Amino acid sequence: MAMSVIWIGMVGLAIFCGLATGRGPDVAKAALDGASAGVELTLSLMGVMCLWTGVMEVMRRSGIAEGLSRLLRPLLCRLYPDYADDQPVMDAVSANFSANLLGLGNASTPLGLEAARRMAVGKDGIATDGLCMLVVTNTASIQLIPATVAGIRSAAGCTSPFDILPAVWVASLLSVTVGITAAKCMSRLWR
Amino acid sequence: MDLVLTMLVPFLMLGTALWGAIRKVDIWSALTDGAMSGMQSAFRILPPLVGLLTAVSMLRASGAMELLGSLLAPVLTALGIPPETAPLLVVRPVSGSAALGVGADIIRAYGPDSLVGRTAAVMLGSTETTFYTVAVYFGAAGIRKSRYAVPAALLADLAGFCAAAWAVRLFFPG
Repeated sequence: MAMSVIWIGMVGLAIFCGLATGRGPDVAKAALDGASAGVELTLSLMGVMCLWTGVMEVMRRSGIAEGLSRLLRPLLCRLYPDYADDQPVMDAVSANFSANLLGLGNASTPLGLEAARRMAVGKDGIATDGLCMLVVTNTASIQLIPATVAGIRSAAGCTSPFDILPAVWVASLLSVTVGITAAKCMSRLWR
Repeated sequence: MDLVLTMLVPFLMLGTALWGAIRKVDIWSALTDGAMSGMQSAFRILPPLVGLLTAVSMLRASGAMELLGSLLAPVLTALGIPPETAPLLVVRPVSGSAALGVGADIIRAYGPDSLVGRTAAVMLGSTETTFYTVAVYFGAAGIRKSRYAVPAALLADLAGFCAAAWAVRLFFPG
């Protein structure tokens, strides 16, 4: 529903702006160009998406995701002090975190939801500090190899689509640090 | 350094495959099964991308994109963010496919190796669809009072946008 309103707004604004600036014909042409650009973009991304989800599936089946999740567990227990002794919750939380790091989108959401449901039991619909932390770490992107973005750059004619990786890592790290710090500070103030 | 980054993905592929083989995983069927699910996700994003790139291209042709950029320019310039990325900042927390469409449009319009194109790519890679994620998680857990989750998550997004602009200028000077 929200998307319907947004789409109508975008198209309406484009037509209004186009007529006001005398670029009406350009807008009409852009509608058709944009539609085929959508197909072209998807097709050019499809190869990267297939390759990378394939490699990720190998990582999952050979236990790399599991190993990473075990490695992260002590660190995550400090992030979720209220659940540090709760085995099933910490299992789900660390598996969710490692799936996010590896970019296993399809695997991370069910694991995260499992953790969220367990944390919410008996809390009467009020978000606990753990639930807020779970949402903050899942709304901050911590993916190590952003393959889709690299695919977009490569489709636009970039010869070294992965040269942005250090910048992505620094930006992701700063963003997730700010999110965690904000959550920890707000948990004291927001009762 | 450039060579290391360029070779990172091919070596990750080889390393993963070798490790899988040592662990006695049938890596070929894992690779093809994974590729099949990647193809399905690609087909799933095709219809929304067609709809969104149509609207985004119309907005760019009409001059509304530049208008939005110049409206937000004073705030964004103060934060060190290129104003040309304004449309991406607006849609990023709301819709993942819209962000992909708008990001791809910016990267195409300014070039993948330009300051604006690189900043848009880093922003896409270092932030998530905040409102959608909050809705899915709290919906599944039956949470009605979200307390500070949304402001903290949005603060992380804002930090991500500023950090993306700053990191691009740091790693790609001039």
